Amino acid sequence: MSTSSDGPRILPDAESAREAIETESVVVKRHGPFVGLREKWDGLPRQGQWAWMLLVVALAYALPYLNVFPLTTEPGNDWPLACFSMAVYALVAVGLNVVVGYAGLLDLGYVAFFAVGSYTSALLTSPDSPLMKIPYLWTLPVGMAVAMIFGVILGVPTLRLRGDYLAIVTLGFGEIVRILATIIPAMKGQVGFQNVGHPPGTQADGIPIFANSNGTPWYWLTLTIIIIVTLLVGNLERSRVGRAWIAIREDEDAAETMGVPTFKYKVWAFAIGACVGGLSGALFAGQVGFVNNQKFDVQTSILFLAAVVLGGTGNKVGALIGGAIVAYIPLRFTAIADYKYLIFGVALVVLMIYRSQGLVPAKVRLLAYARKVRHRDAEPPAPAVRRGGTTEGAAS
Amino acid sequence: MLDLLLTTHPVLDNSWITLDFNALAQNFWSATFDGLTFGAIYGLIAVGYTLVYGVLNLINFAHSEVFIVGAYGVVMTLTALGFGPSAPTIGIGSIIADLLLALIVGMICSALMAFLLERIAYRPLRRRNAPRLAFLITAIGASFAVQYLIFVIRGANAEPAVTMFVNSPVFNVFGTIIFSQQIIIVIAAIVLMVATDLFIRRGRTGRGIRAVAQDPDTATLMGVNKERIIVITFVLGGLLAGAAALFYVMLVPSGVIYNGGFILGIKAFAAAVLGGIGNVRGALLGGLLLGIIGNYGQILLGDSQWADVVAFVVLVLVLLIRPTGILGTALGRSRA
Repeated sequence: MSTSSDGPRILPDAESAREAIETESVVVKRHGPFVGLREKWDGLPRQGQWAWMLLVVALAYALPYLNVFPLTTEPGNDWPLACFSMAVYALVAVGLNVVVGYAGLLDLGYVAFFAVGSYTSALLTSPDSPLMKIPYLWTLPVGMAVAMIFGVILGVPTLRLRGDYLAIVTLGFGEIVRILATIIPAMKGQVGFQNVGHPPGTQADGIPIFANSNGTPWYWLTLTIIIIVTLLVGNLERSRVGRAWIAIREDEDAAETMGVPTFKYKVWAFAIGACVGGLSGALFAGQVGFVNNQKFDVQTSILFLAAVVLGGTGNKVGALIGGAIVAYIPLRFTAIADYKYLIFGVALVVLMIYRSQGLVPAKVRLLAYARKVRHRDAEPPAPAVRRGGTTEGAAS
Repeated sequence: MLDLLLTTHPVLDNSWITLDFNALAQNFWSATFDGLTFGAIYGLIAVGYTLVYGVLNLINFAHSEVFIVGAYGVVMTLTALGFGPSAPTIGIGSIIADLLLALIVGMICSALMAFLLERIAYRPLRRRNAPRLAFLITAIGASFAVQYLIFVIRGANAEPAVTMFVNSPVFNVFGTIIFSQQIIIVIAAIVLMVATDLFIRRGRTGRGIRAVAQDPDTATLMGVNKERIIVITFVLGGLLAGAAALFYVMLVPSGVIYNGGFILGIKAFAAAVLGGIGNVRGALLGGLLLGIIGNYGQILLGDSQWADVVAFVVLVLVLLIRPTGILGTALGRSRA
């Protein structure tokens, strides 16, 4: 978070905030169930990492068929559909992680972009809509583009605000989109749009492959998209843009002073986050086949945020895991489904107090040349250097 | 692109947004007085946001739950005292006594909620020197947890309506009837705000609050007990939210529902920002203004849901043009 502001600020809290960040990064380095795992992972040669990654991906693709006891959902919830739901939440979390995790902008209205994607997809494919019809798969890029435009429209006026004001303004934006979907007659409010399109292809018996009740193909489609998006986001993270985001997150004033055009990169973070949100919204609309104004409330936004924070803010693997968990738990334990918001609310508080870095903490490393530096440092066994903040650069 | 399609397509091009100036002109004064009444409630809640923001630099999202807990306290007290959907037939003296009791219970419930919130959620974070994002996320998490705790206990339905007294017309201004309710709410809110303002500007504790808002470390060095001041700030905000809860139940008898505080809280925060966050007088001014503007917007655009949209748009515009709000000066900088 930044330490100074455009807005009215009362406490000159630069000192305490910096101390807080420093203590925070120390905590990040020392704790975590995945720390040993990460060191092992970092120690593997590139080929080994690829092999493990392929195994994980293969397992992920096989997930709809792993309907075995500890994993499976309780009766009444279809397992492949649950897989799809987990995948959509994971995709949303990856997108929100760009905004909250990388750039440190607290967006409480992320569901608005999800809604924009869903409505775009519905308006362009549903027979209930008077607009021209295009094939469903084309609505994915169109939904992304429209959501991105909304992201820029929201971002340009509001991103000049700092931290907490941004939070309240995005929350308001989320509400505005939901209310507009209710008020504008063309958006059909609670009636909504039936028979949203789906990708082409039918089985031998004439039933579409991408039927609403058949979660597996939808899950595979979403998983493929997740892999592509994660790779792209990972590349961005390691690029100039990603370094700028992390600099903004750590200290916006310092970033600005060092010549980072902070406003531009904040808008970029917003636009890219919105883009992924729109994409997941379009996927969701296609699978459910029905879009109305009921799904896009503040609660869902907070659930998305809970997914990112739970997984580990600033870590895309964490975001994937967090998203999947948030979607999975209410389906796995239907007895507690009514309590899900209570549980996630308490989880947010407890996590912030005891483990603010989430399940999978963000990596601590030099941003640009991680591998090179790590290998150079690994030769002399000097953990102090590797752990120290000075040679490693910014803690991420 | 969507916009383009919406305007060019013959079916979608029906008038979903109409500016009905005629209706606004006709209902101008009643809209103003209704807006003032709601605005007074926003203002009372906004003080809680402003005080906590002044002292901790934290948007206390859970303040809306502090408010709604107070509203539950008020409704339950009144129901226990025999109030129901229709106005009671007892004497005016006993009504006043009952309302005062409900007010006290509401204030205690809210203050207790605020105190617990501070102890359970925020204090451990301060101990750990957590970054500011952690505070915000905790606030949201706490807000959610309390909301759905109420949901689990009281269910998804609103509490049964409670009418406190016959809302009788008192006098006529600009051809608009002013009701007893409106007078009671606005005057009581102003009295409470003046008392709060005096408490912060005059008293020893108030000086402590201002000192901590200005510079917590120096205040501590000067012998101010920072932790105590923070607790007092939360409790003070809670007391006012509890009072607001009574007026809210008076105005919207069937509005006490588990998530009823959330949007109201956001609008109250918008009011605090509008008036200048960290400024107690600004909170009341912002609340009244936001109430009026929202009401005008809703009549002008013809749907009650527009009130929220208008309120948020106004908030964004104010932040862009004057980020410190209308009155601007912060709690810590107001003169001793």
